[in-house]
Amino acid sequence: MTVSPDMQRNMLRQMQTIRRFEEHASEGFLAGDIYGVVHCYIGEEAVAVGVCATLTREDKIISTHRGHGHCIAKGADLKRMMAELYGRETGYCKGKGGSMHIADFEIGMLGANGIVAGGISIITGAGLAAQMDGNGAVAVCFFGDGASNAGPFHESINIAASWKLPVIYVCENNLWAVNVPAENSLAVTDVAARAAGYGIPGKIVDGNDALAVYEAASEAVAHARNGGGPTLIECKTYRHRAHTERADQPDARPKAEIEAWMAKDPIDQLAAHLKGQQGQLTEDEWAAMDADVMSEVEAAIAFAKASPFPSTDSVSQDVFAD
Amino acid sequence: MPREITYLDAITEAIAEEMRRDEKIFHLSTDAPGALLKEFGPSRVRQTPITESALTGMAIGAAGSGYRPIVDWRLVTFSFVAMDQIVNQAAKIHYMFGGQQKFPILFRTTVGGGTRRAAQHSQSPYSMFMNLAGLRQALPSTPYDVKGLTKAAIRDNNPVVMFESGRLGGLQGEVPDEDYTIPFGQADVKREGTDVTVVALAWLVHEALAAAETLAKEGISVEVIDPRSLVPMDAETIRRSVQKTGRLVVADEAGPTCSAAAEIISLATEDAATFKALQAPPARVCAFQVPIPYAPHLEDHVFPDRNRIIDGIRTVIGS
Ligand SMILES: Cc1ncc(C[n+]2csc(CCOP(=O)(O)OP(=O)(O)O)c2C)c(N)n1
Repeated sequence: MTVSPDMQRNMLRQMQTIRRFEEHASEGFLAGDIYGVVHCYIGEEAVAVGVCATLTREDKIISTHRGHGHCIAKGADLKRMMAELYGRETGYCKGKGGSMHIADFEIGMLGANGIVAGGISIITGAGLAAQMDGNGAVAVCFFGDGASNAGPFHESINIAASWKLPVIYVCENNLWAVNVPAENSLAVTDVAARAAGYGIPGKIVDGNDALAVYEAASEAVAHARNGGGPTLIECKTYRHRAHTERADQPDARPKAEIEAWMAKDPIDQLAAHLKGQQGQLTEDEWAAMDADVMSEVEAAIAFAKASPFPSTDSVSQDVFAD
Repeated sequence: MPREITYLDAITEAIAEEMRRDEKIFHLSTDAPGALLKEFGPSRVRQTPITESALTGMAIGAAGSGYRPIVDWRLVTFSFVAMDQIVNQAAKIHYMFGGQQKFPILFRTTVGGGTRRAAQHSQSPYSMFMNLAGLRQALPSTPYDVKGLTKAAIRDNNPVVMFESGRLGGLQGEVPDEDYTIPFGQADVKREGTDVTVVALAWLVHEALAAAETLAKEGISVEVIDPRSLVPMDAETIRRSVQKTGRLVVADEAGPTCSAAAEIISLATEDAATFKALQAPPARVCAFQVPIPYAPHLEDHVFPDRNRIIDGIRTVIGS
């Protein structure tokens, strides 16, 4: 499958946006301006970007506790995202959600979710809605290897397979669930092997290769749009950082393993690929792209910092819809 | 023209009428109701795998995508396997995302005992649900009320849990032909009286009415109030009644601990005017705080009934 250089550059830019956004999320968290908990997606950007590049605005996605990358890849507004992290009134959730609960229903981003596997059946319901609408839209479920051991994964895939729902289940296998290696929790090596038990296609992809992810997702999306039902795609990837941003957090992962994966950085790989393609990206262009991304992130930070905190009167609002 | 129909038929009628009116409504259940399936077909009345958790989550996703799903958990017992989706997702999703999206969902479920099916299949855990912010809830006691509240629930833009009383499924009652809804948060005075207020829920409404009939012969005048909806609770009607009678008994099929009955007593007594009007401590007439046992004489012993309501009334009026 050929992906145009323009599209590749767009994907690279989005990946870099996720990275710069989260580098700041981490800084802001350690500085005490961002509260609670921040799970960084850094290292896994190729998955969200590669998959979302195959989607339209009508398609829906759902995310996990590690959700910034999915939001950005689906087209969320950095300003409203950052303002939400800063707990401001102008944030996506008016300061009631924070990092683990950013959603943007206008663009089909049905939310990050603080419960491991909590979103899997919700997005399966969005897939049912798409099937009933009959307009060819699809729903994409992002989840971790840890979540693939939980009930909702199995229940939802079984229903989606039986009803041929247009859902693509994208497992981000970053090999660890907090400090537990995936191999301790899975009796199979590959999450994708589980697809066979539900009679649907299961694919394994290099999750650090945005173009490989794009290709696998394109096939799955086309299959779903044509009424073929769900696909399970397992993206082998790795998070560069600890499970959450916390200065004192021990990381159980072997140093050599971390370093080996750092050397396979998904952004470096796509940038190198573009540079290697008859100069589709020069060093200067890449530097300019990064500077552009940085200024976008900085504008988001400035917007967040300049925004007011929500008034305490707002705590009783939106418990119920009108 | 009013007709007599059963409580269960009233629910089916309510759903069918709403489904005819709005094609975005569909029904998910592990056992599709026959009458609805026949009229609306298997794509709108879906028979599902036995996965209440997934169904509950799917309803949330479909609601967030423009549909108005109805999920029948059947016995409330089975809702417990869907607790993550109910507690962590459905109840909070509108608020947590800053009110961005509406999630109109009707969760139907049957509560109560009296069926000799022992502990797991005889539960009345509505106060567990009442403790959550973000779910409207009702527990109607008549065919008229259950039809009107079910219709209101389907038209509501929030997740609503309709607790359907298993004991009342076959109860006949008058229901008009015309379309009507009953708003949430409106209690109904089922019988007027002056000496004592009995706030009763579901099946206990009928037991309280029987108790009132018996006591009327002794010259004791009992007012019976049915809150009908649990969230929001119509504190005003209850307080007004207690201010008039000076005495309060709450009758419920659930156990007393952190119960709807406890909430009703708090709502009454924390109000200064109502507190001042009280002439006796309020009383709860509830089930014993035990899992429901199987043997008929054990089960019947656990649940309150008209006789225990009469005892409760006698205690608060000191006769
Ligand atoms: C039901 C539930 N149990 C435990 C947690 C705490 N927790 C948060 S993230 C996480 C690990 C999830 O691992 P995985 O699904 O592989 O995603 P990853 O963090 O690796 O992206 C755990 C255990 C939770 N949020 N929800």
